[in-house]
Amino acid sequence: MLDTSEGYVTEDGRQIGGVLMEMRDITLKFGGVTAINDISFDIREGEIRAIIGPNGAGKSSMLNIISGFYTPTIGELWYKGAKRPPMKPFEVARMGVARTFQNIALFEGMSVLDNVMTGRLTHMKAGVFSQALWWGKARDEEIANREKVEKVIDFLEIQNIRKTPVGRLPYGLKKRVELARALAAEPSILLLDEPMAGMNVEEKEDMSRFILDVNDEFGTTIALIEHDMGVVMDLSDRVVVMDYGKKIGDGTPDEVRGNQDVIDAYLGVSH
Amino acid sequence: MLSDIFINPFVDMVAAPDFLMQVLWEGLVSGILYALIALGFVLIFRSSRIFNFAQGIMVVFAALTLVGLHAYGVPAWISVALTLGVMFVLAVTIERVVLRPLVGQPDIILFMATIGITLFLIGFGETIFGGENKQMITAELGIPTGDTVLEPFGGLLILQHLDITVVIVATLLVGALLAFLNYTRMGRAIRALGDDHQAALSVGISLQTIWVLVWFIAGIIALVTGIAWGARAGVSFALEVIAYKALPVLMLGGLESITGAIVGGLMIGILEKLFEIYWGQPLLGGNTETWFAFVLALVVLLFRPQGLFGERIIERV
Ligand SMILES: Nc1ncnc2c1ncn2[C@@H]1O[C@H](COP(=O)(O)OP(=O)(O)O)[C@@H](O)[C@H]1O
Ligand SMILES: [Mg+2]
Repeated sequence: MLDTSEGYVTEDGRQIGGVLMEMRDITLKFGGVTAINDISFDIREGEIRAIIGPNGAGKSSMLNIISGFYTPTIGELWYKGAKRPPMKPFEVARMGVARTFQNIALFEGMSVLDNVMTGRLTHMKAGVFSQALWWGKARDEEIANREKVEKVIDFLEIQNIRKTPVGRLPYGLKKRVELARALAAEPSILLLDEPMAGMNVEEKEDMSRFILDVNDEFGTTIALIEHDMGVVMDLSDRVVVMDYGKKIGDGTPDEVRGNQDVIDAYLGVSH
Repeated sequence: MLSDIFINPFVDMVAAPDFLMQVLWEGLVSGILYALIALGFVLIFRSSRIFNFAQGIMVVFAALTLVGLHAYGVPAWISVALTLGVMFVLAVTIERVVLRPLVGQPDIILFMATIGITLFLIGFGETIFGGENKQMITAELGIPTGDTVLEPFGGLLILQHLDITVVIVATLLVGALLAFLNYTRMGRAIRALGDDHQAALSVGISLQTIWVLVWFIAGIIALVTGIAWGARAGVSFALEVIAYKALPVLMLGGLESITGAIVGGLMIGILEKLFEIYWGQPLLGGNTETWFAFVLALVVLLFRPQGLFGERIIERV
């Protein structure tokens, strides 16, 4: 198995750094249901880390724990070498973790531009009054934020729908706007819950390309959930495989592909 | 008879345009206060799905606090500042004691909680300030009395200085709120929260902060409307009714639409006045302002169930 303790170099020559985030012995229960059962894994600086597994395996729950939406029943999260205290979602967001949702969560009544702009909220510092009056610092800040947002919009090729209310967009574009909003936050970790679910082949290719480009150009650490094995194998540096709340595999795509438990889970043998 | 309904009122309007202007002006004065109150409802509803039954009593409470502080010898403007402080403390308390523990409960529970807040404020207010009618400290606040008489169309238009002040202050407040909602971080956050809680959390918006903020804004609105209405009618628990005037506005404008609250408020203020003067008094013996707005709202809802500005109603599944 690949030794990742000191970081590693990927096949395509990208340098992956030390551990950015570490999940230690995480268990999550909902009443009698154990959604996650004693799972540990880490996410390294600069890598694309995938979490895969059949429906109901607990993947989204894991992402919700990382982003503070759920609190683990047992277990610890470590971020940049320090144990993370229990945090609310907005606190995690302010710490530099941005995310998208499996069932798109956008501000439907607002334009694409305004949606993406909300991604900058964690970077806005000017006081309420200077903002309301459009004073010096607030004004500079707004302009700087607008520039960042425009860059993200260009990057994801959604310039032509900047002013469109999000509610009117087709599904595939909504997913892209959601990614844009997360990117606008310039996150240190980007969490994507099934970014390609429900997309056609062409849209999936576009999305894969964007994810790779984001990682490549900005060095953003990405953890993503995907249902589709094929897509994941192409995208990710390392993969965690979950089934019924347990971790049944962890390693490079090739390692995971050869793992008998994983093959069984996907072929339904153990079910 | 038909001509009394369909022709004569309009003939009257054209025959005495100065009087028509007087009616429109008075409608506008009430309308802008309705709009302001409705805005308070909308902001709270958008950010927490709560229909704030306590808005009316907050008007009373703010006015009572202001007048009460002044009665203890506090200078008028310092009383205003202190009252704002009290409204802020109220917002923080409501968030901590009522909203936070109840988050995630069904909407109806939260609605009942605001009824609880109402009952508490009634009891608390009566204990501290007493229930009798008090004089608003209009002069002490420097609000001008007297009037200006204009002569449009060779007729007469009387503008009370109090009304002019109310219109100016309320317009400024509405303008400030709009600027706040559209151009500031917090304002964007409030608008965002109304659309999707999860998404709002994911971009770093704190529910608690927003809730305190919208309840404080509702408190500021309560104080302004309390002063404006109290200056005409005196300060008593009857002031509460101004908030019920916001209900038809919300039926018309929709519970979530900021534009709807403003346009709906102005529309109802003006239409109910026109109806009262040109139809109500000659045909129905007057006093139609107590019910006209509700009937108007119901009629509109018959044809547009989503209200004038609401999005199409789609049941979430
Ligand atoms: N908020 C919740 N309340 C109760 N059960 C939940 C909740 N979220 C997830 N679960 C349960 O946890 C298990 C894992 O769900 P999830 O994490 O969504 O799986 P996946 O994303 O892998 O499909 C499922 O049995 C699901 O029903
Ligand atoms: Mg899922």
